[in-house]
Amino acid sequence: MEKKLILRGILAGAAAGLLAFLFARIFAEPQISKAIDYESGRDAAQAALDKAAGLPAAAADPDLFSRTVQADVGIGAGMIVFGMAMGALFAVAYAVCLGRVGALRARSLALLVAGGGFLGMYLVPFLKYPANPPAIGHEDTIRARSGLYLLMVVLSVAFLVAAAWLGRRLQPRVGNWNATLLAAGAFVVAIGAVMLVLPSVGHLAYNKEHFGNHATETPLPLTDGHGRIVYPGFPADVLFSFRCYSVAAQLLLWSAIGLVFAPLAERVLQPRAEAAAPGAAPVPV
Amino acid sequence: MSSISASRPAATPVVLPAAKAALWMFGAAALALIAYYFVGVDQGAVSVFGKDMHVHEFVHDARHFLGFPCH
Repeated sequence: MEKKLILRGILAGAAAGLLAFLFARIFAEPQISKAIDYESGRDAAQAALDKAAGLPAAAADPDLFSRTVQADVGIGAGMIVFGMAMGALFAVAYAVCLGRVGALRARSLALLVAGGGFLGMYLVPFLKYPANPPAIGHEDTIRARSGLYLLMVVLSVAFLVAAAWLGRRLQPRVGNWNATLLAAGAFVVAIGAVMLVLPSVGHLAYNKEHFGNHATETPLPLTDGHGRIVYPGFPADVLFSFRCYSVAAQLLLWSAIGLVFAPLAERVLQPRAEAAAPGAAPVPV
Repeated sequence: MSSISASRPAATPVVLPAAKAALWMFGAAALALIAYYFVGVDQGAVSVFGKDMHVHEFVHDARHFLGFPCH
């Protein structure tokens, strides 16, 4: 049973990852290209400033893969592997939830678990630490940023599980509607407190020291020694589009996982439900 | 949530016995987390292959787009 569900989860995840890849190739790649163009232009402007000031030129990073490979193959592999991994985690969560979260049908449960995955693995962490295109992000803070992001993911998922458990505990006393609202409220309060406590990326000690007191690492206009702007800040429209498409891609991915998995799971579970229904002895799992 | 289920027999009655299913469940979850790590984190903040950057550079665009912090 669990083997069948997990394999179907991975299959659903692969299909969802493929869809998300197609979406990313069409919508995200143009924005990523604009971000990389911005970064190249800014690096050139910075190099010119450094040269004028008599500073040594910074060494360029070697390109291990061409932009074509990164934008056509790499992102596809990344999205599909990510989809399969999320499909597997989804199926494990689904199997654990079966029969433990109330009288839900196989298909409804699939959509709810997928919704939980979208919230916990991506959307809630995104609210605190949103996705950034290339050109945004200081190399020297990658450790702190990764740690903070993963902490948000872990806490979001943990609080979602706790909220589901709390809802189940409250349900007999206050009913379905109120239990759901109370559990959701508890989740918002708990994760909101975490978001308040965790620092913004721009407020990390390294950033405050080197870049001043700003909330994010989004590049500001580059100025020369006289304070004249020689290169603009990161384009706001590119940043918005990139983040918007990032949310859309994850929504697509998790919706596809739920919608592909739902009928598959129903077919796996249905024969047992029917066999067990007319007073027959429960089938051992 | 009972309002969603129209007929009782269609509700999900199967409760997996935790002990029997543990191998597959933990195996799948562990593999999934390893894949998540390689797509999202490796050769950034921490690296299992030392200074090599091939994994990071290959999945670079996906890493940005999926919301992970990247270089």
